[in-house]
Amino acid sequence: MATEAQMKVSDEVAVQITKMNKWYGAFHVLRDIDLTVYRGERIVIAGPSGSGKSTLIRCINALEEHQKGSITVDGTILSNDLKNIDKVRSEVGMVFQHFNLFPHLTILENCTLAPIWVRKTPKKEAEEIAMHFLTKVKIPEQADKFPGQLSGGQQQRVAIARSLCMRPRIMLFDEPTSALDPEMISEVLDTMIQLAEEGMTMLCVTHEMGFARKVANRVIFMDQGQIVEQNDPEEFFNNPQSERTKLFLSQILGH
Amino acid sequence: MPHDQISFVRKHMLPEAPPPATETGAVKWLRENLFSSPANTLLTLVSIFVVFNIASASAPWFLNGVWDSPSIAACREILDGRVGGCFAVLSERWNQLLFGFKYPVELYWRPGLAFVLLFVAGAPVLFGKIFPRKMLFFTGLYPFIAYWLIWGGSIMVPIFALLGVVVGAVVYSRVVTISAGVAVIAGFVAALIFWIASGYISRPMADVMALQAVPSRDMGGFMINLMLGVVCVSLSLPLGILLALGRQSRMPIIKWICVVFIEFIRGVPLITLLFVANVVLAYFLPPNVTFDLILRVIIMITMFSSAYIAEVIRGGLAALPRGQYEAANSLGLDYAQSMQLIILPQALKISIPGIVNVAVGLFKDTTLVSVISMFDIVGMIRGPILASMEWKGVYWELFGFACILFFITCYGISQYSQWLERQLRTDHR
Repeated sequence: MATEAQMKVSDEVAVQITKMNKWYGAFHVLRDIDLTVYRGERIVIAGPSGSGKSTLIRCINALEEHQKGSITVDGTILSNDLKNIDKVRSEVGMVFQHFNLFPHLTILENCTLAPIWVRKTPKKEAEEIAMHFLTKVKIPEQADKFPGQLSGGQQQRVAIARSLCMRPRIMLFDEPTSALDPEMISEVLDTMIQLAEEGMTMLCVTHEMGFARKVANRVIFMDQGQIVEQNDPEEFFNNPQSERTKLFLSQILGH
Repeated sequence: MPHDQISFVRKHMLPEAPPPATETGAVKWLRENLFSSPANTLLTLVSIFVVFNIASASAPWFLNGVWDSPSIAACREILDGRVGGCFAVLSERWNQLLFGFKYPVELYWRPGLAFVLLFVAGAPVLFGKIFPRKMLFFTGLYPFIAYWLIWGGSIMVPIFALLGVVVGAVVYSRVVTISAGVAVIAGFVAALIFWIASGYISRPMADVMALQAVPSRDMGGFMINLMLGVVCVSLSLPLGILLALGRQSRMPIIKWICVVFIEFIRGVPLITLLFVANVVLAYFLPPNVTFDLILRVIIMITMFSSAYIAEVIRGGLAALPRGQYEAANSLGLDYAQSMQLIILPQALKISIPGIVNVAVGLFKDTTLVSVISMFDIVGMIRGPILASMEWKGVYWELFGFACILFFITCYGISQYSQWLERQLRTDHR
């Protein structure tokens, strides 16, 4: 599948990150990040905890501010202008480790809220879109329940559907399966694989190396706020170059 | 261990079974709650003894109570040495206790009607799921209708006041896309300018559809407590929300205005603020400007309780996980939208017990206005009624009545808030 996927990737740039740096106070979290994401690419970002991988994708929709360098998303340069930031955010979907569904709204309302208020979609149409995507993640029958009544895997699939309702051109996944019971991981990964097959541009921070092998057309390894190595999954897993990558892979694939 | 002892394969799954049937009913309840242990039994018996004594001592006072008598002296004659309450003071002076001693008797229907309409106006706000949303239109008009009914005068005054609010809202909605904080201030300033300007226009129209005017100094009784309570609670909630949000603002000026306001108001006793409203404020106003006393008191109590409510809501905001803010942001909602749709509904739900606490406290604190010579229900009891020849020394009956009125209201608020919390519970723990 990896080769077929590689063929699909276009020359159109979705995200362009140049010499991007970020500090938390005096702590240098991200150092000179250069990354170009092409439309339709599926990138998996791996690395030890604290390596800055979550921070990196959170910079792409400006949940975190960067202090130096530039990020361009779909041709829009991320600056302090709130209008630009809101525009980018409405084009970039994000799925969080802890789902972050809105507990006071039903599943359907979770999905229709942003289309109605940000895109000004009529309520009826928004509900049709929402039901379409809820069907796609295989939980249309839960539409009238509240998030607290669903299992973790179901909640995460709702979170994916909620993002998709905004018709994003790029999806960011921040450790989407890390808070799930083992039995529920696969249902979320299946949804993500389905999304990848439809050609969605995806950046996933994940420890699911099986997913990376199967779906990604590029794996990025980060350590200490830097990109240490990137390659296609075949090469990355079978023939890692840097010592740090080798150590990491031996630790997570060791047993 | 032989192999056949640890090997086990379940052939069929167990179905769900009902819990074991235990004895139920009153006997079980009595045994579990009143006589579960020797110590508990002893406490039960002691409690029964105490309750019996209190009841048998106070029962004659209620049962022998005199409801029809012109004065305390006549009351004592009727009782003829027996123990008994002189409730005649309530049946004789009920109108003073409720409306004060100067409100024209033939106009009692006006505040009475305003009181009844209050329930119509409050229903869609308090019970949003039951009453149609269209009723909110009446809720919006209610403050102006109620003002016109209670104070009387030309209808132009409340109409211009309403138009001022509309002007403010229009300005707010124009500016809110630029900055929510600036929009609030701009809307307020626009409304203020409109009100000052309209003051000159409405003066010549003083006779247009005029009801008989009743000045503020003629108001009194429980009516004042209710008016202050309702107005101040409904004003201080939105103001408290704004202050709580302002305190979290990234704009340093807005943040510091809110912090200084909250900390200053919380550091000062309400009673001093009321004295300021009564006496000191006059020194700061131009000599010709008369500023209605009730309005001054409303401003002070509202400021006071909004500072407290702001802190309660800040607690609610702090209790929300950061993920909620991030999820709202990541969907492209702007600040005003994410606050209105995501953050505040949840933060306010968490804050309900605290807000109700402040609201109940505020309502009871309205009796403090008796200290600045306003004749609310406590002012009426301590002043005109107890000072009169007829009813000198009738303490228990009068203050007991005031207690009952306040208790009914406050207990109602408390019950409502608990019902609301149950309604809003979506986590199904």
